[in-house]
Amino acid sequence: MPFNPFSLNDKHILVTGASSGIGRATAIACSKMGGHVIITARDQDRLKETLLQMDGNGHVIIPADLTTSNDILRLVVELPKLDGIVQNAGIGSRILCKNISRTDYDKVLRTNLEAPVMLQSEILRQRKINKKASIVFIASRAASSPSIGNALYSASKGAIISYAKCLGLELAPQQIRVNCICPAMVWTKLIIQDGITKEDMEETQKKYPLKRYGVPEDIANLAIYLLSDASSWMTGSDIDITGGAKEL
Amino acid sequence: MDLQKFITDFANQFDDTDISEFNENTFFQDLDEWSSMVLLSVIALAKINYNISITGAEIRSCKTVKDLYDLIESK
Repeated sequence: MPFNPFSLNDKHILVTGASSGIGRATAIACSKMGGHVIITARDQDRLKETLLQMDGNGHVIIPADLTTSNDILRLVVELPKLDGIVQNAGIGSRILCKNISRTDYDKVLRTNLEAPVMLQSEILRQRKINKKASIVFIASRAASSPSIGNALYSASKGAIISYAKCLGLELAPQQIRVNCICPAMVWTKLIIQDGITKEDMEETQKKYPLKRYGVPEDIANLAIYLLSDASSWMTGSDIDITGGAKEL
Repeated sequence: MDLQKFITDFANQFDDTDISEFNENTFFQDLDEWSSMVLLSVIALAKINYNISITGAEIRSCKTVKDLYDLIESK
């Protein structure tokens, strides 16, 4: 067999937010590396589109709204024992601090912080994770790189990074690893927010040293590394992937 | 929609520019204080006060305050 430290052969991997963007690309990449992937998101039709692009077999669709306790419970009951988790589901927000309402706050924080935290708790309570598993959180460079209107989103990602570091410490005795990926701007629906158009973005991506924003596959490949045994000495890290950009 | 009220609301998105500088013919993007932050503030104004979603590109396509008013009213 050729040397391949990045193989995900026979690993069971859960990917949240797999109906589009980074989640979809990650699910597809995991399947191509030999993993059995459980994909979840709210929209069953779009999950089916993801599944159509996946290689191999043994993949499962479990639609769920992770902001509700019932759906988390149902999802976790249906899960096999996992070797990898990609906590990717999230939403963007661009709103000035003075305009933030409780509705905005709840929407962003429930999706980007509460949902992954509660899902993780349930997976641990039901012991649906194997020793030596790898957990990956898709955070963001926004956590440490401020930009105007990004306060809620940045705060939610900063919180999940802090959470992940503690989780990593608690799971280290079982050799379960926890790491975060912090992408700068990646071409997904998330970055096209109120007020910012694709045309604006195409102009601003030229300011990145590598002259482009990321594509979901760029992030998926890093997730593969973190899910594979190639990264078995890595935990508690948050890795920037930015095309060289220091600011968003 | 009331144009005068809109002009006042719009002027309130600026911290330093005196309200007397604003009328329906003001070229708002020429104001010293105009910035991406005020732009986000105007998007929120349209959303909160009128429940209308407008984009940055749409706002930048407007020259005068009246253009902006017409944009929101047209939606």
